[in-house]
Amino acid sequence: MKTVYADNAATTAMSDTAINAMAPYLKEVFGNPSSLYAAGQVAKDALEKARFEIAQCLNADVKEIYFTSGGSESDNQAIRSAAANGARKGKRHIITTSFEHHAVLHTLKKLEQSGAEVTYLDVHSDGLITARQVEEAIRPDTALVTVMYANNEVGTIQPVREIGEVCRRAGVPFHTDAVQAVGHIPVDVKADHIDMLSLSAHKFHGPKGVGALYCKRGLPLNSFIEGGAQERNRRAGTENVAGIISMAAALKEACANMRTDSEKLLKLRDRLIDGLLTIPHSKLNGDRKNRLPGNVNICFEGTEGESLLLNLDNAGICASSGSACTTASLEPSHVLLALGLPHEIAHGSLRLTLSADNTDEDIDYILKEVPEAVKKVRAISSFWDDLASGKTKHFI
Amino acid sequence: MALYSEKVMDHFNNPRNVGVIEDADGVGEVGNAKCGDIMKIYLKIDGDIISDVKFKTFGCGSAIASSSMATELIKGKPLSQALELTNKAVAEALDGLPAHKMHCSVLAEEAIRSAIKDYYDKNGIEYDKTRFPDPHEEEEHHFEDD
Repeated sequence: MKTVYADNAATTAMSDTAINAMAPYLKEVFGNPSSLYAAGQVAKDALEKARFEIAQCLNADVKEIYFTSGGSESDNQAIRSAAANGARKGKRHIITTSFEHHAVLHTLKKLEQSGAEVTYLDVHSDGLITARQVEEAIRPDTALVTVMYANNEVGTIQPVREIGEVCRRAGVPFHTDAVQAVGHIPVDVKADHIDMLSLSAHKFHGPKGVGALYCKRGLPLNSFIEGGAQERNRRAGTENVAGIISMAAALKEACANMRTDSEKLLKLRDRLIDGLLTIPHSKLNGDRKNRLPGNVNICFEGTEGESLLLNLDNAGICASSGSACTTASLEPSHVLLALGLPHEIAHGSLRLTLSADNTDEDIDYILKEVPEAVKKVRAISSFWDDLASGKTKHFI
Repeated sequence: MALYSEKVMDHFNNPRNVGVIEDADGVGEVGNAKCGDIMKIYLKIDGDIISDVKFKTFGCGSAIASSSMATELIKGKPLSQALELTNKAVAEALDGLPAHKMHCSVLAEEAIRSAIKDYYDKNGIEYDKTRFPDPHEEEEHHFEDD
């Protein structure tokens, strides 16, 4: 059976470059970078080279990169650190958006329990916020602004540079969860006025379980894992040497190929969007222009997402949905609800996220299978019957 | 391991008794679009026997499989037996459901009760009202789960 992997926002397949870069550090060069003998120092040198390469891709300084276990850890550390340092100066207010990743939202919920006050900016129906909203929310006691670079579900790219300017002018630290952006669209921490940034290797064809936190020089960064002096005392624990080196190789490759990859992806993505929107009562979620080159997110009225996914899985297509039934909760995606979609529409969403490994044939195949799946799910749906008979009004 | 048992996938992929009975003797609808699950069951009653049953479901894989299995379990059976059907029996017949999907089997049980109640109401048949609690009045779904 044909298999089409179209869930690259969840994770990506490792590239050959990333696998090959990793291999020697699992076998021959296994030394601990903290050891003084040669075998340790070889690993240490490779680690620092990786740090330099990652810094270069972000236009950061090598000393501004800290290795972590991934995007969630980076988000946790950045936010907790900024909150703690703000609180020491009596600043307990944090600004974010209502459609951040849970690594951000759940961290903020915890901080609220210990006295932080959080402003959740409303997201417009196009999946974007404005720098003006941030500006208007900033107060004298604002300790941090944290706004994602690009949304993981609907792929919308936020006006990060403008938000960065606003924060810089106000003297408020600005963190961005750039897990979906790094390696896919140009990210420049200097030009974008970013103070802290989270990234994760497995979103750009690197390995799972490794990421990085960029923290601008001069901004205090607290440690939350105690033990050793690794990462200049900001993160204890023997470094994931092979993973870090593999991450650097993957990012270097992603950045080198970014222009050609995104040109290819935009063509595939737009053909997929146009093809899927020919299905009656369907709607693209999130702005089409300010959108990650590989992201497609569409709602099909009268369908339920998990049923769509199971039908597509039968056809060998890997995708995801914001339906409640794909999680343990009964609530559909907080992102789709933040865009103002009613619950019943949000349940019927399908997210397809492409990578440069996808082909025109993959798109043809998806465009053949999705309409079949939608038809099948609608044929059995009592809700669709109510819409078709006019008992319930169409939203889309 | 797959999310669902082979039986669930069989009933999801080839659901039994899908459709609408235009001149149904009893119709039951439970759940709502907001929660992502609506189950609608149509009954044709002959004497005391469920001579035909059809369903339409908006919902996830386990909701569709639960509807399909529940209709199979009551088809051709006397009403008294259909009223004894529990969500647990539906889940067991499907070789189990994941814990967070057990509410789908509850919807199937409730949809059948609701359709039978509709039949009783339409035909002025006396019944023990305590056996038909309004599912909408319950704060949360209660179900047997082991």
